[in-house]
Amino acid sequence: MTTSRARLGALFVLAASGAVISSLPFLYMLGIAFESHALVLKQPPTFLPQQPTVDNFVRAVTTAGFGQAFLNSVMVSVPATALGVLLSSMLAFGFARFHFPGNRLLFYSLILTLTVPALVLIIPQFVLIRQLGLFNTHWALIFVYSVGGMAFNVFLLRGFFEDMPQELFEAAIVDGANVWQSFRYIAVPLAKPALATVTIFTFLGSWDEFTWALTALQDPELYTLPVALRFFQRAFGTEWGLVFAASTVAVIPVVIVFLAFQRHFVSGLMLGGTKG
Amino acid sequence: MVALGTGPAATARPRSQFRRALPIYLFLLPGLGLYALWMLYPLASALFMSFFDWQLARPSPFVGFENYARAFADPLFWRALLNSAGYTAVTVSGQMVVGLGVALLLHERLPLRSFLRLVYYLPVITSWVVVSLIFVYLYNGQSGALNWLLVDVLGVLERDVAWLAEPSTALWAVAALGIWKGIGWTMVVFLAGLQGVPQELYEAASIDGAGRWSRFRHITLPSIARTTGFLLVALTLGGLSVFVSIYVMTQGGPLNSSEVLLSYMYKQAFERLDLGYGAALAYIFAAMFFVVALVELWFVRRRLT
Repeated sequence: MTTSRARLGALFVLAASGAVISSLPFLYMLGIAFESHALVLKQPPTFLPQQPTVDNFVRAVTTAGFGQAFLNSVMVSVPATALGVLLSSMLAFGFARFHFPGNRLLFYSLILTLTVPALVLIIPQFVLIRQLGLFNTHWALIFVYSVGGMAFNVFLLRGFFEDMPQELFEAAIVDGANVWQSFRYIAVPLAKPALATVTIFTFLGSWDEFTWALTALQDPELYTLPVALRFFQRAFGTEWGLVFAASTVAVIPVVIVFLAFQRHFVSGLMLGGTKG
Repeated sequence: MVALGTGPAATARPRSQFRRALPIYLFLLPGLGLYALWMLYPLASALFMSFFDWQLARPSPFVGFENYARAFADPLFWRALLNSAGYTAVTVSGQMVVGLGVALLLHERLPLRSFLRLVYYLPVITSWVVVSLIFVYLYNGQSGALNWLLVDVLGVLERDVAWLAEPSTALWAVAALGIWKGIGWTMVVFLAGLQGVPQELYEAASIDGAGRWSRFRHITLPSIARTTGFLLVALTLGGLSVFVSIYVMTQGGPLNSSEVLLSYMYKQAFERLDLGYGAALAYIFAAMFFVVALVELWFVRRRLT
């Protein structure tokens, strides 16, 4: 096929303009975050702050429990991700590599819950955490986040474990390895790329989750970032510079994780996209 | 030892089969246990709760199908259903059209291609709360950038509009955010589909003198039908599940003009603490969700592939 340079050039201009338009809301957020308070809420809007300052960031990080919220998000997302990834990969490994009564039944009943939207469960989960005494604790978030993506993770990882060569595991059995050992020392090292994908999805899912955290927590000192940001905006609604500085700080870890694992991220999406 | 691998399962007596499988059951127990407690049990208990006038503090009387009957007689439920359908129709078509357009552009060998993909993908990974806050500001009635653009720059509108405070615009303003946030994901999935289109088909068509539109219509679209079908289902379910942006931007208002199914369910359950009614609404929603998914999958099988 012949593609002229002029055509490619025109397409590039089109794609680049679209990218600029798509990122305008972010640029706008950054512009306001770096603008001094007096100049926010004005027309025409400027993307480059006229009096650039980091005051908003300093105040956001030091004010109103925002630092605490950041810490809370870390303390919830990290254990939820670790637990979720460990248990999903164990399940996927079991379903992929072993024949046992109920294998298919258990796997498909897990997969069926993929069609249940998270919010359908929020009322009974709320009642459950009150019965278990976990209301208003981070445990309520950790447990729900770790199982939230489990069905999808198991689905994704099972295919990966199934494709591993059988000889490796037979050799391990001959050497007397048990289920845990063949999982830990043979399957996990080989599954690192797939595990990375699942880790990122689970982490970002936990980091960005809003509704369950809003429902399960009561004390502002326990709030995770999305909930804290929401109340931050309610409290400092007129100080948009402050709100957007806080939002920027909240987004930074997500962008770092995304850039660091971009390759896995896209390949995981493709896997979900083409297999689903 | 447990039978291992993908060969035919050992045909032993059932009891010894279970005993031999004991290590693997123990290995699966932590994951299955947690999943049963936090997913399967709530799923069952929501159904149970929906038959009660469920209260947190006092005894909850059994009411049979009353909560369901109440929903179907509730004009606000129908309003929310209609709004959810409208939001879904608009966001699904918007994301599909723009996402496919961007994917077609970035499928070409353009300079900076991976960087551009990244830029389009940024809204996808940003939390709903953050993007909702940004759009609240963009839509601001007095000083928002959208009013500045439409009134002062383009002159399309005579005066500023309070986009999120007008019953006629609130839902569609939130839908615009939904489209913007989903373009990157739709693009990535379409790009995966486009990679599978056989290049020879284009060459053959070019030799036969097929124009650009004709090649798109008769080669590209049929070749990515599976991807399109998958996106149709995934984006519809995503649209029906909209909640956070509505909650942050409009709380379903003004005058219930942007109330969707989940925001209405959440209000009933956690603001009015009418948990039984909320559970019934959740189950109606889940059933609808399931049926829509099945119908769409059937349609995709029948028509698109």
